[in-house]
Amino acid sequence: MTATAVIGRRAPRARRRPAWGNPSVYFVALLLIATMLAPVVYIIVGGFRTNAQITTDPAGWPNPWRFENYLDVLTGGTFWRQVLNSTIVGVATTAAVVTLGLMTSFILARYRFWGREAMYSLFAAGLMFPLTVAITPLYILIKNLGLMNTLPGVILPQIGFAIPMTIIILVPFVRAIPDEIQEAASIDGCSRLGFFWRMVLPLSKPGVITVGILTFIQSWNSYLLPLFILNREETFTLPLGVQAFASQYSVDTAKVLAFTSLSMIPALLFFSLFQRRIVGGLTGAVKG
Amino acid sequence: MSDLDRGNVRLAPEKSPDLTTGGGGTPVVPPPARRRARKGIGWPARLEIALMTGPTLLVFLSFVILPVAMAAYYGFFSWQGYGPAEEFIGFRNYLFIFKDGTFIDALRHNGVIVVLSLLLQGPAAILLALLLNRRMRGQTLIRVLVFVPYVIAEVVVGIGWSLMLHGDGFVNSILADLGLAWLQNDWLSDPQIAIWTLMGILTWKYIGFAVILFLAGLQGIPEELTEAAAIDGASYWQIQRRITLPLLGPTIRIWAFLSMIGALQLFDLVYIIWGQYIAATAGTSTMATYMVANGRNAGEYGYGNAVAVVLFFISLVAALIYQRFILRRDTAGAITGGKN
Repeated sequence: MTATAVIGRRAPRARRRPAWGNPSVYFVALLLIATMLAPVVYIIVGGFRTNAQITTDPAGWPNPWRFENYLDVLTGGTFWRQVLNSTIVGVATTAAVVTLGLMTSFILARYRFWGREAMYSLFAAGLMFPLTVAITPLYILIKNLGLMNTLPGVILPQIGFAIPMTIIILVPFVRAIPDEIQEAASIDGCSRLGFFWRMVLPLSKPGVITVGILTFIQSWNSYLLPLFILNREETFTLPLGVQAFASQYSVDTAKVLAFTSLSMIPALLFFSLFQRRIVGGLTGAVKG
Repeated sequence: MSDLDRGNVRLAPEKSPDLTTGGGGTPVVPPPARRRARKGIGWPARLEIALMTGPTLLVFLSFVILPVAMAAYYGFFSWQGYGPAEEFIGFRNYLFIFKDGTFIDALRHNGVIVVLSLLLQGPAAILLALLLNRRMRGQTLIRVLVFVPYVIAEVVVGIGWSLMLHGDGFVNSILADLGLAWLQNDWLSDPQIAIWTLMGILTWKYIGFAVILFLAGLQGIPEELTEAAAIDGASYWQIQRRITLPLLGPTIRIWAFLSMIGALQLFDLVYIIWGQYIAATAGTSTMATYMVANGRNAGEYGYGNAVAVVLFFISLVAALIYQRFILRRDTAGAITGGKN
């Protein structure tokens, strides 16, 4: 029911506008949001203060507002190089995971062959192998492959570890495409691969987008793997960069806050653009 | 194979008559009338299968399965990470792990974190999901904002919170401003408090995920049920208790599973906020931070691999027990893709 449920769920949304309900509900919701956002606001606003301001009144408002911290970070090369590295890693990982995941899901959902169930179980079992467990040998493996301090050294393992969840989410999507469509396509002279291109690809788009966003955000935030693989500063991704910056400028709290808040903008932006997809996709994932 | 078959090539997709949509379970879509039962599949199909799953399998096997196998192998060696591993020491790494009080501490912390995560986040997230599931204005916005901490990188969360929580940071200062100076604490390094600080941060970071999952689960509950109960005179809380909660059961159980595994593997936040040395003294070290501190950072790769194996087996046993006794109903057939 997974994919159909996700697709079908959109319909009842377009109902009448909800009435204003109980005020206490809004109060609790407001309290909740304040709690969730306070640390984020603290980081962003703190970047507009000076260290003197922070020391004298840690919980105060900027007075006056200072933009030097942000400007310093934005005009320095370090931040942008790390943004570029993180972008390369994130885009490459996401593109590969989506492509490989959809092709494999198509085979697993639509072909019947010896070993299919075993293959699905193998990928599903991959969920039980978290990166944390594999990190030490992975580091050795990457070193033996000569990929230390290179971005592919981070990208390749990330693809591998994102595959299981991707397949678990996408197989039901592909499977939910009615057989009649495939038959109709085939009557019209469409081969199996043509069916994949023309029908499966567009019809599983919601699932693909969800998987893509989740993979990208995970890659953007990933810490443990880059920590092991990337030791040279010019290869640092943002999380490593933020941490290095924080320990390097540990006395310059305001600048650390500015750097930190700039580093979270891309993920937040990405998330707010696609939030409905993420929520919808998780619905599918949890039901699967 | 036969004329009939060849004639059908254009007419029917070779695969579709054979499809068991449920993958071993009950078919989701009743398969169309079978034209004929096929034994094997043609070479073109085999080629397609090989081409489209080959790269995925290659990446998955080399970067997920192989490292795990390597961990099992190197765990039996005393090895510093360069040259071939030659000093085979059998189970001595493993014996050492379980004799090391630091590891036992870390294991205990992991246990506490698992239990507290479930007890703190579960009920809170259910209540919040119920709240946010009520018809209200700005619902979408609120849902997005609740999810924000989940999207922010662990590094950012760690640095932000440790700046806010340290001795004369934001939190203590706010407490003073509110006249609650007696509540001021050494949040990060007092061993009595640090684990609760960690739980607070974990809850803040991950509760959004639970809320979103539960909201998704709530949307799957037919409104007719609650409406019918309301007509029969059930109060709001009766409805939630008797109808919503039981129907939300599968979602809750899956969330609890994910939360448990996540708590056993916890690394990033602890390592970023406390670092490898302070974590042990502050009482927040986990098996994963122990692994990194005593494996890679100490240059003892054989030992680090052995810890990884122990961590893996503990997670595996926990997962299997959980699946066997709690998840079984929900995931019956899930491995083969069957749906409930």
